[in-house]
Amino acid sequence: MTLPDPLTDQHRYISNASQDVREMLDVIGVDSIDRLFETIPDDVKLTELLDIPGPWSEIESRRWFRALAAKNKSAADHVSFLGGGAYLHYQPACIDQLLLRAEFLTSYTPYQPEVSQGTLQSIFEYQTHQCLLTGLDVANASLYDGSTALCEAVLLAERVVRKRKKVVIAKSVHPQYAETVRTYVQNLGYEIVEVGWTNDGRIDTTALLEACTSDVFAVAIQSPNFFGVIEDYYAVAAIADAAGAVKIAVIAEATSLGILTPPGAHGFDIVVGEGQAWGVPTQYGGPFVGFMVVKDALKRHMPGRLVGETVDVDGRRAYVLTLATREQHIRRGKATSNICTNEALIALAANMYLSLMGKEGLREVGQQCVQKTAYLRAQLNRISSVSLPFSGPVYNEFAVRTPFPAAEILADLEHEKILGGIPLGQFYDGFENDFLVAVTELHTREHLDQFVAVLTAAIARERR
Amino acid sequence: MTTIPTPSERLLIFEHSKRGRKGYRLPALDVPEASDALPAALMRSEIADEVEVSEVDVIRHFTRLSKLNVSIDAGLYPLGSCTMKHNPRLNEEIARTPGFALSHPLQPDHQVQGNLSLLWHIEQTLMEILGMPRVTLQPVAGAHGELTGILMVHKALAKSGNARKYILIPDSAHGTNPASAAFAGYEIKELKSNSRGTVDIDTLAAAVTEDVAALMITVPNTLGVFETDIKRFAGILHEKGAYLYCDGANLNSFVGIARPGDMGIDVIHSNLHKTFSTPHGGGGPGAGPVGVSQRLIPFLPTPTVERRDDGTFYLDHGHPESIGRVRAFNGNFNVLVRALTYMRSMGPDGLRRIAQIAVLNANYIRARLRGSYHLPYDAPSLHEVVFSDKLQTAKDVHTLDIAKRLMDYGFHPPTIYFPLIVAGALMIEPTESEPKEELDAFCDAMIAIARECEERPELVRSAPHTTPVRRLDEARAARQPVLRWRRG
Amino acid sequence: MTPEDSRYAKSHEYVHPEAGDTVVIGITDYAQKELGDVVFVELPAVGTELELGDEFGSIESVKAVSELFSPVTGEVIEINEALTDKPELVNTDPYGDGWMMKMRLSVPEEVDEMMTAEEYEEYVEKESGH
Repeated sequence: MTLPDPLTDQHRYISNASQDVREMLDVIGVDSIDRLFETIPDDVKLTELLDIPGPWSEIESRRWFRALAAKNKSAADHVSFLGGGAYLHYQPACIDQLLLRAEFLTSYTPYQPEVSQGTLQSIFEYQTHQCLLTGLDVANASLYDGSTALCEAVLLAERVVRKRKKVVIAKSVHPQYAETVRTYVQNLGYEIVEVGWTNDGRIDTTALLEACTSDVFAVAIQSPNFFGVIEDYYAVAAIADAAGAVKIAVIAEATSLGILTPPGAHGFDIVVGEGQAWGVPTQYGGPFVGFMVVKDALKRHMPGRLVGETVDVDGRRAYVLTLATREQHIRRGKATSNICTNEALIALAANMYLSLMGKEGLREVGQQCVQKTAYLRAQLNRISSVSLPFSGPVYNEFAVRTPFPAAEILADLEHEKILGGIPLGQFYDGFENDFLVAVTELHTREHLDQFVAVLTAAIARERR
Repeated sequence: MTTIPTPSERLLIFEHSKRGRKGYRLPALDVPEASDALPAALMRSEIADEVEVSEVDVIRHFTRLSKLNVSIDAGLYPLGSCTMKHNPRLNEEIARTPGFALSHPLQPDHQVQGNLSLLWHIEQTLMEILGMPRVTLQPVAGAHGELTGILMVHKALAKSGNARKYILIPDSAHGTNPASAAFAGYEIKELKSNSRGTVDIDTLAAAVTEDVAALMITVPNTLGVFETDIKRFAGILHEKGAYLYCDGANLNSFVGIARPGDMGIDVIHSNLHKTFSTPHGGGGPGAGPVGVSQRLIPFLPTPTVERRDDGTFYLDHGHPESIGRVRAFNGNFNVLVRALTYMRSMGPDGLRRIAQIAVLNANYIRARLRGSYHLPYDAPSLHEVVFSDKLQTAKDVHTLDIAKRLMDYGFHPPTIYFPLIVAGALMIEPTESEPKEELDAFCDAMIAIARECEERPELVRSAPHTTPVRRLDEARAARQPVLRWRRG
Repeated sequence: MTPEDSRYAKSHEYVHPEAGDTVVIGITDYAQKELGDVVFVELPAVGTELELGDEFGSIESVKAVSELFSPVTGEVIEINEALTDKPELVNTDPYGDGWMMKMRLSVPEEVDEMMTAEEYEEYVEKESGH
C-alpha cells in the first residue's frame, strides 16, 4: 500500500483538513508535514502503511464487534452463578447514564483543582463510603483491582514494620490474588508463607499460630474467603497481634460489607478489596476497582491518590489532591507505589451505587444474598449425592461437591442455559469434583429451584 | 479567614441525606426467610452515617458535580504527556454490548470465544503497530506495564546468571519510571540530558556498565524531542547484554510513521488511554499492554491468548519461565474493547494521520507562541512543546499563575513544572483532535496572558477569577489532612 | 538576619550550641523560603545515633520533599514535637520555635569546621545567584 497524501487524507475524528493544514504549515514555515518528522531517522521510518484492518465505518464496526460478542455465552443469555471475585449484582440504570456525562468520562486526573471539583468531591465522597463500610480511617482514591490492592497492602506493611521479610497469606485468599502478590514481590526478598484451612473452610488457626513467628511483618486473610466462608477476624487478629504483624483483610465480594461485621471493628490495620460487586458489570474481569482503607497512623504510607478538604482564597470549601509527596511524580524512585493512572471512573460508579443503595439498600442486598444462599444450600443438602464440603458460615458463595468431575456437571448445566459455577480443581489439588456457586439478589426462587433440578438431573445422567 | 457557607448544590452526598429516603427498589425476597442463616455475631449493625437519598437526589447531585469539571468534549485540554484526545462514543457503545459486558472472567475458554478472539485481534494489531513479536494485554495502566516490563528484564537477566543492579533513566523521565524500576528490584542511575534535552550517546556509553540491566527511555522524550540515536542506544545496550525499555506514553507522535520494534527496542508499554483514545475518566481506567522482543517472550506474564489451527482460541497458562500473573483475571478487557474499536475506526491511514496532525498541531502552537514564551530547548519537537516562564518571572509571574489564568479564558492548563529539567515548564500537547480554530483561540489566550503579565501582573497572579472555586489552600490540606466527611 | 551564634552546613542546616555539648539543629531561613509552605517534618526517634552526613529525616512542602542531613555526629536527645501539629513553625520561626532536634555531640570539633553566619550568607548568595 502506498502512503496517502497528508494534505488530502481525511478522517472523521480529525478536524483539520487540507486548507487548515496548508495555513498551519505556512505559519510554521515548512512546506510539508513530512518536514516535521525529520528528527526520526529514515532507516526506522515506515515506507508503507501498517498492515491492519480499517478504516471502518460505525456500521462495519457494529457488525463485526456484535458478531464477536454473539460468540460468547454470558449472563446476557444464561442464568449465571459465577463469582470467584467477580459478581453480578443489580446495576441501577442511572449510574451508567451519569457515567457517560462527558465531564466525568472525558476529563483527566484532577491535578488542577479549580476546574476539577466534580471529580475531586466525588473521590472525597467515595473515600468516605469506604471508611464507613470497612470501619477504618483513611481510604485512597482507588487502585487497579483487588489483586493489586493486596500487593500494595503487602508492600505497605513491609515499609511500616521494616527489617522483617516474611508475610503470611491464607491459602483461601483468592488464588489469583496470591499469584499476583508473588509476581510483585519476586525481587524484593520476601518469603511468602501459606496457611491452609480446616474442615469448616476457615483458616487453620493452629497452623497460623505456628506460622506467625517474630519475623512475620503481615498476615493477610480474605473474608468471605475464596470458598465463600466468613473468617473469624477476632481469632486471626489475636494471633497476628501477638507476632506484631500488620493485619490485612481482603474483601473480594464488596457487598458483603453491607451486612457483615467489618474488619475495622476487629482492629485490622489495612482493608483492601475489589469494588466490582458494587454494581459494576463483570466485563470479563476489567476494568474493576481496587480499594484500600487503613488506620490513620498509616496514611503517609498509603499508595495512590488521596483527596482532602480545604478552602479556597475566598474561604469556600473545596477539595484537592493531597499528601502528594508520597507519590511517584514527586518522590520518584522512593515513592510508596508506582501507580499513576488508577480506576477513577469505576470508583465514581461505586460512589453512585453506594449513594443510591444507601444505608438501607446495602443492608437489603446483603440480606437477600444471605437468605437466597441459605435457601439454595438447604435445597442442595437434600440431594444425597451432593455435598457442601465446608461447614463454616457463608455470605453468598459456597463450594458444591458431586461424585463427578465438576467440568462435566457444569457442561450439563450449560446445556440448560445455566453458568453453574467455577471448577475449583483449576486452583486446588483434590478439588476436581468441586465448584463454587455464587448467589445474589438477582436470582429468583425459580432460578434457584431450576438450578437444583438441573443439577439433580445432571448427576443422574452422569450415573448412567 | 472568614469561610463562605457551602451552597446547597455543592453539599456532599452525605449532607443531602435524610432519614427514610430511598433511591432503589429490590424485588421482595421470594424465598422463605431463615432467621438463623448467619450467626448474629457476624452481622454488623446499621452502617452509621451511610447515605439515605432518592434517585432524584443522586441524579441532581452528580449532574451538578459534573458541571464543576472541564472535559475534552467541551474543549482543548492540552495536558502534555497525557494525550487528551477525542473519545469516540462508538467505543462506549461497543463496550456495553451485553455479550462483552456480562461475560465473566472465570468462564471456560469455549464459552468466551468472542472475547478471546477480540484479545487475539488486539494483540495482532498492537504487534503490527509496535513492530514487536508479542504483546501482553494484562497490565491495566502505563506504570503497571512498566513494572511488568522491568520484571521481565530482571527474569531474563537472572536466567543468564546475573540480574544486575541498575536501571538507567534520563532526568527528563516520568516519575513512574524510577518508581516501577525500584519495585522491580533495581536501583536507579539518572542520566543527565544534553543541551537538546536528549540523551548523549557518549553519556550513555559511559554509563552502560556490566551492572546495568536496562535503559528506560521515553521516545520521543518528555520535551517532545525524538531520540535520533535510538538505534545506536540499542546497539550499545545490547553489546553489554542490557535491554532497551521504551516508555510508550508518547506513541501518539509517531504511530504509523515508525515502529519501536524497528528501533531495537526490547520492551515498550503503550498507554491505550492515550494513543488509542479510551477515555481518561477523571484518572482511569486505562490499559498498558507491553510489547516485547523475541528474547523476552518466554517471560511474558500469564495467561497469554493463543489461536489454534482450527481457528479457536484459548488462554495459555503454561509458560514455565513467565514472571507470573500481574493482576487477577484478564487485564482491563473492556478498555481493550474500546481501543480495538478505535484502531478499526482509524485503520492504517487514520493511525498515521493521528501522528501527522498531532505533530502539526503542536508545531503550530510552538510557532505561534515562541515570541511570547521562552522555549528552553530549541530542538525540533514532535507532538508536544515545552515552554517556560522565564520571560514572565521578571514581573514575578510564574508558570502556576499562567496556568490558572488560562482557566479564566476557558481552557484547561497544560502540564506544569514537568519535565523537571525545565524550570517553570509549561508542557503543551494539543493532540490531533483539535481544529485550527481551537488552537488559534488557545494561542490568542496565551498571548493575551503574556501581555497581561507585562501590564497587569496582579491579575494573573490572583487568577483564576471565574472558576467554581479559586486558588486553594493546599498547605492546609496537607498539614491537617481531612480525608473523609464526618457528621458535624 | 542569619544568627551569629550558630554555625551552618552546606545542606542548609544550622547548629546552635547550647550548654555543654548539646546543640539545637534546624534548617535556615533561606532553606525554608526555598521549600515554601512546610506541611510535614519527619524526624528520627530520640536515642538515634547519627554520623555527620547521615540522613536524619525529611521535610515536605506541598509538592516537594527534601532529605535532611545531620551536620554533626552524635545522639538525638530531643525532637521538637510541636512540628507534628504545626509544621509551619519551620516557616514562621526557623531559628526559634521551628527547631527540629537536639543532639549531644560526640565530635564537638565538627561544629568549628562549619560555616559562620557571614560565610553562610556568602555561600547562599553564590548559590542563589547561580
